Amino acid sequence: YLHWSSPYMYVSCSYIISRNAVLESSLSEFGYKAPSARKTGTTIAGIVFKDGVILGADTRATDDMVVADKNCMKIHYIAPKIYCCGAGVAADAEITTQIMASNVELHMLNTGRPPLVTMVTRQLKQMLFRYQGQIGASLIVGGVDVTGAHLYSVYPHGSYDKLPFVTMGSGAAAAVSVFEDRFKPNMELEKAKQLVRDAITAGIFCDLGSGSNVDLCVITEAGVEYLRGYDKPTMKGKREGQYRYKPGTTAVLTKTVTPLSLDVVDESVQIMNTE
Amino acid sequence: MCVFSLKDSVPVAGLCPQGAYGVQDSLRSGFTSIKNELLPSHPLELSEKNFQPNQDKMNFSTLRSIQGLHAPLKLQMEYRAARQIQRLPFLQSSNLALDTLRGNDESIGFEDILNDPFQSEMMGEPHIMVEYQLGLL
Repeated sequence: YLHWSSPYMYVSCSYIISRNAVLESSLSEFGYKAPSARKTGTTIAGIVFKDGVILGADTRATDDMVVADKNCMKIHYIAPKIYCCGAGVAADAEITTQIMASNVELHMLNTGRPPLVTMVTRQLKQMLFRYQGQIGASLIVGGVDVTGAHLYSVYPHGSYDKLPFVTMGSGAAAAVSVFEDRFKPNMELEKAKQLVRDAITAGIFCDLGSGSNVDLCVITEAGVEYLRGYDKPTMKGKREGQYRYKPGTTAVLTKTVTPLSLDVVDESVQIMNTE
Repeated sequence: MCVFSLKDSVPVAGLCPQGAYGVQDSLRSGFTSIKNELLPSHPLELSEKNFQPNQDKMNFSTLRSIQGLHAPLKLQMEYRAARQIQRLPFLQSSNLALDTLRGNDESIGFEDILNDPFQSEMMGEPHIMVEYQLGLL
């Protein structure tokens, strides 16, 4: 999952920043392309339903046009009742959510209160704005806190939306079309799970960057249910029939035998070393 | 990679080498390049280099407006005192007092994860570095 990523910023060593950037630009002068970051080319979605929030994601990670990981986890833990789906550059999304989880834990220990979803969103957008979109992570943050169930989507440059349903990633258009058609406020749990599953499945079938299975994460006041591999729409079906024909199925009409006269010229034996 | 023109170049003080007499120490920091001294090589280079100082300036000016001139003056004195607590030259200081003053001890960022000085492959020769600092070299 953690392969090539955008050059990270760190405060103390600015000459490493410039060295990375200079190396990348001089590579292109010689005609070489620097390795591109592995993106997750994703479909991620979230909705707010009657009792809480449901987050959904597909499980394919791509390296340009090659599938790099057929079953990666895109729903990351941030707090006991706050989870985050990540799209965009795989390493950026993973590291960003891990940093957020650590910061939320520190904040919780400091204030002595359980975290709010708005707090996570605020820290995320401040960090992403600081790096001006160089961190290519689009995230959907959803969770339940003392004020209720909330769902935010955060873009790589630092803007965010607070909506009842959100989708991100390359398959966002396919998924949001399902939501726009069938979403209703205060849905029941099973219908809401079915809706998110359908939205992610639309992304899996209609977008090349998304594929494999559907992961769901149901967050309610009572707790979190992480359904990994909730649905596998692309699983190969079982073949029902056999296509082998019995010998003798095809009738033999005529048979002609032409012997070729060949002489043995040379015979040599080579022993294989099989140890 | 976007193309930088000369109008994007910044005053020499922003990127110029940090050695003695303004000349870069080739042994310690590698070869120089005039282009790298005039133009930033990464769009975020200057913003990140000045991030902490800008944060401090903003906080101090807000504090001055709210509480008066004495508040930032006292804080800056404390920062100066905390910055002086260091270990021997070849050992990286944890800067615990400075971090606590700034509030950095309550959050984790990339500077805590990446470029950990305790994991660096290179180390200065301890005796030479101490002698250099004491002026004996």
